[in-house]
Amino acid sequence: MLGEGILKGLGETARNFAGSFVSAERLTTVQYPEERIAPIEATRDFPFLVYDGEDWQAGMRCVACQICEKECPPKCIYIVKSTDKKPDALGKPQIYPARFDIDISVCMSCQICVEVCPFEAIKMDTEFELSTTDRFGGLLYDKKELSKSNEHYHKVHPTEAAEVDARLAEEKVKADAKAKAVAAAAAAKAAAPPAAAKPATPAVEKAAVVAPIPAAKAVEEETKG
Amino acid sequence: MSSSATDISVDLAKPPGWNRPPLIEPDGEGELLELAMGPHHPSTHGVFRMDVALDGERVIRLKPVFGYLHRNHEKLAEGMSYLASMPFTDRLDYMCPLTNNWAYALAVEKLTGQEVPERAEYLRVILGELTRVVNHASAIGFLTQEMGASGTPLMYAFREREKILDLFEALTGARMMVNYMRFGGCRVDATPAWLAGVRKVLDGLPKFADEFENLLCSNEIVMARAQGVGILRPELAVNAGITGPMLRASGVNYDIRKVDKYGIYDRFKFRVPLGDHGDVYDRFMIRLLEMRESFGIIDQALKDIPGGPVMDPKAKVRGFRPKAGEAYGRIEGPKGELGFYLISDGGPNPYRYRIRPPSLINLTVLEDMCLGSNVADVVLIFGSVDIVLGEVDR
Repeated sequence: MLGEGILKGLGETARNFAGSFVSAERLTTVQYPEERIAPIEATRDFPFLVYDGEDWQAGMRCVACQICEKECPPKCIYIVKSTDKKPDALGKPQIYPARFDIDISVCMSCQICVEVCPFEAIKMDTEFELSTTDRFGGLLYDKKELSKSNEHYHKVHPTEAAEVDARLAEEKVKADAKAKAVAAAAAAKAAAPPAAAKPATPAVEKAAVVAPIPAAKAVEEETKG
Repeated sequence: MSSSATDISVDLAKPPGWNRPPLIEPDGEGELLELAMGPHHPSTHGVFRMDVALDGERVIRLKPVFGYLHRNHEKLAEGMSYLASMPFTDRLDYMCPLTNNWAYALAVEKLTGQEVPERAEYLRVILGELTRVVNHASAIGFLTQEMGASGTPLMYAFREREKILDLFEALTGARMMVNYMRFGGCRVDATPAWLAGVRKVLDGLPKFADEFENLLCSNEIVMARAQGVGILRPELAVNAGITGPMLRASGVNYDIRKVDKYGIYDRFKFRVPLGDHGDVYDRFMIRLLEMRESFGIIDQALKDIPGGPVMDPKAKVRGFRPKAGEAYGRIEGPKGELGFYLISDGGPNPYRYRIRPPSLINLTVLEDMCLGSNVADVVLIFGSVDIVLGEVDR
């Protein structure tokens, strides 16, 4: 019968229409901004800089190595290295970014900066309501605007942040052990008479190459004392 | 074609650039009407222009004009590392970013000789087939929209697409600009919860395909509009290098998943649907049937997916320099053969980076399909090619 197919199709439409009043599966519209869907954890939009502790300047993880600046596909990151060094969260003197700007009107949220960062210093945020009346200055974020605490990172990406923290803690334990070993070696060397520190065998020579600076420090401390 | 063709081109004012005689003759009464359909015509799927010459309602000539969305992707890629081009491939065919990622990763893996772990291969197949479902569902939705079914079938298609995009977001972090695949694997691993989510969505999809078939396949208006319209003969399709559902709708059995067996496609059982007539209706049916085959492939992949890493531990994400040489990686994208051709001179950037976009090459036969048909059918034939301008212009 001509028109049978049309009626069949209309029946399908009617079923969908009626179903949209009862079945949540067929009623998919969410009335944003009054209603919001639950955030998906893996979501990303724009990068931010992570800092540890309370002070964003003291705790900044970024050491201005500029790898993200180099790898960024749309080249939206601008970094100026500092000329001096400041102690980082672990107390080690590090270069820090004197300027760290991201033009988020250029950023395309690809996450490559996060992937290439060896210091876990840059992560993706989930904040998307960023409209502003100033389309140039308002979308060019400097390092103060970009800095967000590790707690914020835990809030937006809990699983990922926990993994990162575990990895960093592991690295810290390793670094501490290494520092301890170096300090112990230095102390042993300082205790030994200086004449004995001039070895002939290559194995000991290697050790001497590794730890010249702590030894010198130890000597300095001795003279001060 | 006929001997009088040249006479007509003398009689009628020949627009500049139209340097060949018309393939079909106007009836000789009145003047030809030149019409620019696009770049802001609502039916052109973006910024695409068709310069058509009309004799009444009949199309006498059609000249596709593209390049409005040119973004210099290929040249830009020569100035950046291999990794940095990956997010830009998302933006080629933005309806199916994951297959673009896959094709590019495949080309670079061929160039560097990297291995891909089992689990990553399975994830790629699952994501690639989900992408095919997304693409075909929305292609059919848009096609019916162009027939005048304003909105309803398209919204049904988008409702299902939304569920799949949520899965993409949960895994990759973005709905469309996913930037997921890497040379030697995938960026992040799928959790068991995510795989369960895929299973849940997959269970609902056959019902959606049934719904679509009830809605459209036996509909007399759809049949009257689509059957026998825009016929593409298999000889022409092969000669013009057409690939994908368009080629198979003309009855040519050529699916790169079967021909190349790239990745792990030799492990899955699926059939390649073929058309008989090569008209708009066949192209539309082929997509529906391919979607059903994709459900089967995802189902098999979900059953078999092994554990293990998703990245080759030896693979370097950045700062690698492939040996001097060239590689061509191609996959069966939802729109056809998507290939990346790379030449390396041993540096950190590709020396030459070339894309074989299925959309552009499938568009080349547009005039041959449209000649002699009505203006309203041009819109429909164009829709049945299924293009994305991001890929055509690059």
